[in-house]
Amino acid sequence: MAAIQGGMAEAVEIKDIKTEPPVDAVVNNNANDGSVLSASPGPGGSVGSTKPATGALEEKQTLLAILQFLKKNQLSESVDILRREAGLPQDLFDLKGADASSGSGGTPGTVEGGGLDANSLLSRVTSSSAAQAPVKAPPAEDQPDVSVVLSAYSQQGDPALYEVYYSGLKKFIETVLDCHRAELSQVFYPLFVHMYLELVYNNHENVAKAFFEKFSGDQECYYREDLQVLSGLTKKEHMRGNETLLDFRTSKFVLRISRDSYQLLKRHLQERQNNQIWNIIQEHLYIDIFDGMPRSKSQIDAMSGSLAGEGKREANKAKVYYGLLKEPEIELPLDDEDEEAENEEGKPKKKKPKKDSTGSKSKKQDPNAPSQTRIPLPELKDSDKLDKIMYMKEATKRIRLGRDNLPSICFYSFLNAYQGLTAVDFTDDSSLIAGGFADSSVRVWSVTPKKLRKVKSAADLNLIDKESDDVLERIMDEKTASESKLLYGHSGPVYGISFSPDRNYLLSSSEDGTVRLWSLQTFTCLVGYKGHNYPVWDTQFSPHGYYFVSGGHDRVARLWVTDHHQPLRMFAGHLADITCTRFHPNSNYVATGSSDRTIRLWDVLNGNCVRIFTGHKGPIHALSFSPNGKFLASGATDGRVLLWDIGHGLMIGELKGHTDTIYSLKFSRDGEILASGSMDNTVRLWDAMKAFDDLETDDFTATTGHIHLQDNSQELLLGCYTTKSSPVLHLHFTRRNLLLAAGGYNP
Amino acid sequence: MAEERRQKQCSVVLPTESMKAMAESVGVGQLQEDSCTALSEEVSYRIKEITQDALKFMHHGKRRKLTTSDIDNALKLKNVEPLYGFQSQEFIPFRFASGGGRELHFYEEKEVDLSDIINTPLPRVPLDVSLKAHWLSIEGIQPSIPENPPPAPKEQQKAESTEPLKVVKPGQEEDGTIQGKTQGAPAADGKGKEKGPIRLKPRSTHELSVEQQLYYKEITEACVGSCEAKRAEALQSIATDPGLYQMLPRFSTFISEGVRVNVVQNNLALLIYLMRMVKALMDNPTLYLEKYLHELIPAVVTCIVSKQLCLRPDVDNHWALRDFAARLMAQSCKTFSTTTNNIQSRITKTFTKSWLDDKTQWTTRYGCIAGLAELGPDVIKTLILPRLAVEGARIKAVMEGPVISNIDKIGADHVQSLLLKHCASVIAKIRPPPDNVEQYRIDYGYLAPMLCSHVMKARTQAAMQAQQVNRTTLTITQPRPTLSVSQSGLSASTGPRTPSIIKVPSSLTLMSPRPGTPSQPSPPATKYIVMGTSAGSASTQQVITINSSQSASTVTSTVPSATSTLQPLVKVEPGSGPTLPGSRPMQKYIVVSLPSSNSSMENKGSVIPTPISTTLEPTGKTDRSESPGASTQSPH
Repeated sequence: MAAIQGGMAEAVEIKDIKTEPPVDAVVNNNANDGSVLSASPGPGGSVGSTKPATGALEEKQTLLAILQFLKKNQLSESVDILRREAGLPQDLFDLKGADASSGSGGTPGTVEGGGLDANSLLSRVTSSSAAQAPVKAPPAEDQPDVSVVLSAYSQQGDPALYEVYYSGLKKFIETVLDCHRAELSQVFYPLFVHMYLELVYNNHENVAKAFFEKFSGDQECYYREDLQVLSGLTKKEHMRGNETLLDFRTSKFVLRISRDSYQLLKRHLQERQNNQIWNIIQEHLYIDIFDGMPRSKSQIDAMSGSLAGEGKREANKAKVYYGLLKEPEIELPLDDEDEEAENEEGKPKKKKPKKDSTGSKSKKQDPNAPSQTRIPLPELKDSDKLDKIMYMKEATKRIRLGRDNLPSICFYSFLNAYQGLTAVDFTDDSSLIAGGFADSSVRVWSVTPKKLRKVKSAADLNLIDKESDDVLERIMDEKTASESKLLYGHSGPVYGISFSPDRNYLLSSSEDGTVRLWSLQTFTCLVGYKGHNYPVWDTQFSPHGYYFVSGGHDRVARLWVTDHHQPLRMFAGHLADITCTRFHPNSNYVATGSSDRTIRLWDVLNGNCVRIFTGHKGPIHALSFSPNGKFLASGATDGRVLLWDIGHGLMIGELKGHTDTIYSLKFSRDGEILASGSMDNTVRLWDAMKAFDDLETDDFTATTGHIHLQDNSQELLLGCYTTKSSPVLHLHFTRRNLLLAAGGYNP
Repeated sequence: MAEERRQKQCSVVLPTESMKAMAESVGVGQLQEDSCTALSEEVSYRIKEITQDALKFMHHGKRRKLTTSDIDNALKLKNVEPLYGFQSQEFIPFRFASGGGRELHFYEEKEVDLSDIINTPLPRVPLDVSLKAHWLSIEGIQPSIPENPPPAPKEQQKAESTEPLKVVKPGQEEDGTIQGKTQGAPAADGKGKEKGPIRLKPRSTHELSVEQQLYYKEITEACVGSCEAKRAEALQSIATDPGLYQMLPRFSTFISEGVRVNVVQNNLALLIYLMRMVKALMDNPTLYLEKYLHELIPAVVTCIVSKQLCLRPDVDNHWALRDFAARLMAQSCKTFSTTTNNIQSRITKTFTKSWLDDKTQWTTRYGCIAGLAELGPDVIKTLILPRLAVEGARIKAVMEGPVISNIDKIGADHVQSLLLKHCASVIAKIRPPPDNVEQYRIDYGYLAPMLCSHVMKARTQAAMQAQQVNRTTLTITQPRPTLSVSQSGLSASTGPRTPSIIKVPSSLTLMSPRPGTPSQPSPPATKYIVMGTSAGSASTQQVITINSSQSASTVTSTVPSATSTLQPLVKVEPGSGPTLPGSRPMQKYIVVSLPSSNSSMENKGSVIPTPISTTLEPTGKTDRSESPGASTQSPH
């Protein structure tokens, strides 16, 4: 976020403007209390907000830094003296990590405010990275080294030796036992990047270029995009304000390596006195050591690819209440349909508890479900209840899908859109379609014979008999009935669009940095939510309404409620643009996909990041929760769909087949089929049941979390339907399990 | 710099010369080499950065093409003022110029005459966005409707017929799977042997579903039935429906059997209907007809050369059928002839052989000549012209000799006008202007006087045409014409948004060699008139100038089979006089169809394209024969 602007100094100011201090501060402080992980909100969010509060901390930080420096240089007496004088207790030393994180905003203050040259600015960034880096103190040797606090890239090794060092390590890794080789090879990429950056930073331009030329070819192909960015960067001046670069420096690259392999590497580096590399490993890498068998190449490849390495194991340990909320008890008008519902029992249906509710045997609360009041949810209105009843009626007529019973697909083509269609959404009852366009307009269509009507004007409304039964009908202005309505208000392409569950509102997010709330009664804009100052790539209503989430170029996802103009929560942590946002079916969690190729799951209650999923090799453009809330599917520009188990925090499947960006994913209403729509003009159907079943037979409790993914995409692929030059932008299962797809026709 | 350029593309840097050029353009005279280097590196870096950001906007805009607006948005991200007014309707708007040792790419800005703009009719308002639903799949099966892509793409049909062992089922036609399977071969070697017998070519039963059988019945009945409206509908269906390939064998048998029977019974009407079916099949872009040529070509040839096609040869106009079939034949020669099947040379041989036979009837003779003549000016030049004298003598014998039979006389008459029609234009091209009847008599014998007058007429008309062409191009020049149909989608509101309703059929082209225009040193740029299709009349035309070298590729790439599909739709005006090469006047705009196969001929100007008047047939049809429905941007 900080990097978006040219220089750091500017950026700080901008941040101050950008974030709404009161709210943020609350959120972030909350977060710090809650869990370790949330203590790393992006450098930006916290810098701006918590700065004033940390005046006292700053000095302590500085002292700590000096202490550590002294200690590093074996000046133990000076250490003692200083400690005595400053009155710092011994144990504070060890708490350093925690300290730093709690005052993460304060870290920049460690550098004296005076000399604001580029050098110190850059080193600040690094220092804050050290501060927010993994705080659960890893084994002693992993403790971030002190020198980071001073300056990261200032060591002046002989530039010519870098190549030697690197190729030396390469040679070593090539000769180790096969079982370790794959694991140790992970070191190459971060090492390569940091060495290159060090060279560039120290103005060894030509050496850096040569270094890049020589070794960039060795890197894994999925880092190609980052390497391209890196290749453009050949001067120290470029390093200012380059986002990718800043990401690299502010976050530690996480590697998962088995203890054996790590020992091997450590021994080698120590034997060879290879301090250069060792320093980098200590300063910029976070090595997550596990006991057990080293992983195979394919296992590693499955999980790596993100901008900052794999997710840490601890990051995925938090308990996630992925169960569904109990549906409110609604008196279902008793009729013959009920019998059908009873017959279908035993099916893991989303709405099953609801049906039982009629029969007074109300089911016990799912142990994995959050308590009903974990987050306050809006009360059901009468109209919502009616809708629920409609839903149940429809649900009984639902087609049971499966391998032998594929859904029909109805494709809605947007004609004459001139490639300007950027976002599509359907209402849950499939009665309305909304499209967002590059020309800033939003259009709503009715796909049922019922036309769209506006509410009458205030003067006319006065004339209405308010006591009549059909007052809701009477307030509508028949003259305005039409099949589609046009909503103008944005000043940039509309990238995200979402209907509220009650079909009264529509959200749209745009390049102009705002999220707008539209009324579908009056077809006017009600609110423009300003908070993101940069393009907002996606927004979505919570399944229970009222809440919504948005995410955009500023790398922060925000949680809003419709009646506040400021966000309630800010989810910071992604290292690049947030490209898509989705609510968990129980509204307690939010998943965000990002250009940093990770998916994060955030807890709405406290703003914590509870899951980090890595494994995609490209920006993530589609997310979808399974209806039972247990699983998450994600699609990216690499054309792969990955399946995740939320409870265990594991990747559980990979679906290959698409040849271009996946823009849409949707589970069928019963979760049996996963549909994916892509830029390659195809809709593919996957056997989700099989994908999940296959897995549950595995030894799932393996603590290491290292899964063997079998390559069974072809078996799981149930169908592939090509459209006529229409990229598939959105998919939606109707309540009866008919699949609706939408896209613009681009001849 | 040199060594940098040799490096991989990832570290490409703008040349310092560019920096100098830019500095000069803003008035900085002498820029140090060092500053240039520093500048160029900085600029290159920034450009890359912006491009990378612009890519994000492209992805979120759900597009595959980066547009100028993406760049603008990326600039906005950086708090940089976007580049206003840089919306281009062409992919690469730059023009190239060199001279004085410098090479320059510049953005062409033409002076625009305001009165021209005011006087040109307003372009049509772009169509509004609309929503249309169709079934992409019904319970797992994709219906074969025009909204869906053809179930078996032409390539697959071809693969099926040429390499039956490699056939993959629809739905799994991913290249990846095939590759994956072959790569996994070593592992599955044992299995492979077991699978040996299965890998034999599967017997295809060609079973049609009930719906298909119904469709087949309806279509065939409509095609040969008495209701013309129904027939038109059926032919339209054959020409556009994407899912016909399974029925193709039935259709081809239907046609060949139908011709066989009806030739014996001399049922002219049915033969015409069948030929129209052939044409519709050939128009369908999704069908791989190659497999059925052995049935279709004999049927077509029969309709060209058969001795008798109707019950009353003296009254019925079977000549038109022969003409039509001959054009079909020529079209299939162009489309399907390869070095392996040698269709064209075999057909030519057949025609020539029976033409040379003295005992051949006049009807057959007519067919042979028509068939040959349709094959193009080269064939006329080498095969027909040398025999003009002989043929003339034969005609003379019938016309002026003792009356043998009325039928012979009619036949000879038709042959004569046919020869005149086709030969005049060729002769006009290969003979230098002074048209001397005596000279002609020496060369061409009996036909010479008429031929001579035809040639002269052709020349004068061509001259008039040239003038008219000049006028037309002047009047309809529009500010910035676009070739592509799709890319102008996001363009500004003025100018040709209309291209979305304009197709660029290669056949609808106009060559203006413009004799005596000195301003064109290089191979003359070809002018294309692009016909819009609104309610049958050409209401939107654009003249597009492209270097001929480019044009070849553009034309072929946009609408590969347009020529073949289009030609027979439009009638050649029968009684027109001799013409100059390339063009001739009509009452409206003149459109000339070029043979799609070779653009080189076009450059030499040795081709006589078949002149076609657009006013003869509704252009709606021509549009239909290409990508269906492009005119309204609807998928069918």
